Amino acid sequence: MISKDIRSYFPILNQEVNGNPLVYLDSAATSQKPVQVIEALKKYYEFDNSNVHRGVHTLGNRATESYEGAREKVRNFISAKSTQEIIFMRGTTTAINTVAQSYGGANVEEGDEIVITYMEHHSNIIPWQQLAKQKGAVLKYVDLEEDGTLSLEKVRATVTPRTKIVSIMYVSNVLGTMNPIKEIAQIAHENGAIMVVDGAQAAPHLRIDVQDLDCDFFAFSGHKMCGPTGIGVLYGKKELLEQMKPIEFGGEMIDFVGLYDSTWKELPWKFEGGTPIIAGAVGLAAAIDFLEEIGLDEIEKHEHKLAAYAMERMSTINGLTMYGPKDPEKRAGLVTFNLDDVHPHDVATVLDMSGIAVRAGHHCAQPLMKWLQVSATARASFYVYNSEEDIDRLVAGLNTAKEYFNDVF
Amino acid sequence: MSFNNLDQLYRTVIMDHYKKPRNKGALEDSVTIDMNNPTCGDRIHLTLQVSDGVVQDAKFDGEGCSISMASASMMTQAVKGKPVDEALKLSTIFSDMMLGKEYDDSIDLGDIEALSGVAKFPARIKCATLAWKAMEKGVENESHS
Repeated sequence: MISKDIRSYFPILNQEVNGNPLVYLDSAATSQKPVQVIEALKKYYEFDNSNVHRGVHTLGNRATESYEGAREKVRNFISAKSTQEIIFMRGTTTAINTVAQSYGGANVEEGDEIVITYMEHHSNIIPWQQLAKQKGAVLKYVDLEEDGTLSLEKVRATVTPRTKIVSIMYVSNVLGTMNPIKEIAQIAHENGAIMVVDGAQAAPHLRIDVQDLDCDFFAFSGHKMCGPTGIGVLYGKKELLEQMKPIEFGGEMIDFVGLYDSTWKELPWKFEGGTPIIAGAVGLAAAIDFLEEIGLDEIEKHEHKLAAYAMERMSTINGLTMYGPKDPEKRAGLVTFNLDDVHPHDVATVLDMSGIAVRAGHHCAQPLMKWLQVSATARASFYVYNSEEDIDRLVAGLNTAKEYFNDVF
Repeated sequence: MSFNNLDQLYRTVIMDHYKKPRNKGALEDSVTIDMNNPTCGDRIHLTLQVSDGVVQDAKFDGEGCSISMASASMMTQAVKGKPVDEALKLSTIFSDMMLGKEYDDSIDLGDIEALSGVAKFPARIKCATLAWKAMEKGVENESHS
């Protein structure tokens, strides 16, 4: 069980917002950082900061060891075969764009199909729209079930031998749905397509095993899993990455540079042009240590428990609609909702005045908002530092919002 | 709990415009402007009839929070019948008000004044300014056509 003491590792949570103790329920947007991560960044900049892979000097060696040590930590975290398959990038968005432009650019042709779903985040829609336009390829959407889940039958009906790429989120940032990636990857492979996974909402919350999932690419961001912003990871199967061309050229990624042509370093460095995100990787490694110490299985359990508690408590509020699967076991730790007659922005402002941070808007998922037939929603998302008391505060805040908008005016 | 801090934002007149919007709908034979706030999904469909340098009529449709819809309702009410330069002047005053700057108070702002509290809620300023930006764009289009 996750102890409430976990909260004390997060200095930012120890403050008042608008005269009330802060309740942070926006971790699906970005998570807060524990003191272990903040200290690791501080230590890196105070003692080890240097450029990597080039200096002969001691600091250069230390920085290189920290950076490559972080890569090994990530490899182990997602159970990849080799550190050559772990590429550091700015985040999930850059990782998916890299797959679209590099792998997609070389392998997708006119009339080929790319399959995504209605629940995708913009970062797993637009790179594919752009690729489809460049190539004259067809972008296809798998429709959702009424409860916001995916049916394998519909996936099977959408993926065909003309499909080259299937790209689907592991966990929905709006519905909380956990998608059957392993089964979908199998369907993709049976049709000769590759499987790309947007793991931004999965990596922070559940144990990832890319070999078991048998996905070809897996993208995630550090900042949603207690790490710093500006660092993320693209995992790719070595045999695919080896065939792919870099899309950024410059220092660090080259082997030999002539006047008119150059050759690239081996994996993973050929995809890491320029001075890499060294401090970010160090911070991400500290975040992984922190999460591993708690245990990813414990984190997943904690979030199911909070989701179940939130859904039960929120269902007592009249006029409140929740979106996504009804069964808390089928969803991650977030609840997206609307309150009748109160716009989500107004809900978020009232909650903010009570010190409660939630997200309001379209959550970077406009096609899904259209599917849900809403223009915006509010979302409360939970992480290791949240407790049932935070949800009690949320429910009280929502009752205040209702009272304020329905009774005061 | 006390609603004092909320009352700075949500004044009675704002909620009145939100619940009973003025000039809701669409005009025919008009300048049409569609605008949205890409970060939050608020959306306005504004139609303006401008002739002889005067905003003859204005109507709006859309979806959004209380602040954005009330502001749209107030804006249409304020610019209807006004010469274009006066409408643009009101827009400047409104923008200054939202930025917390000193604003020209020689003109009677009527209901618009109620939105002055929005300046204290930085995240909500773009909700209030959406309709005004749409109006500016529409008037500009018309004066160039």
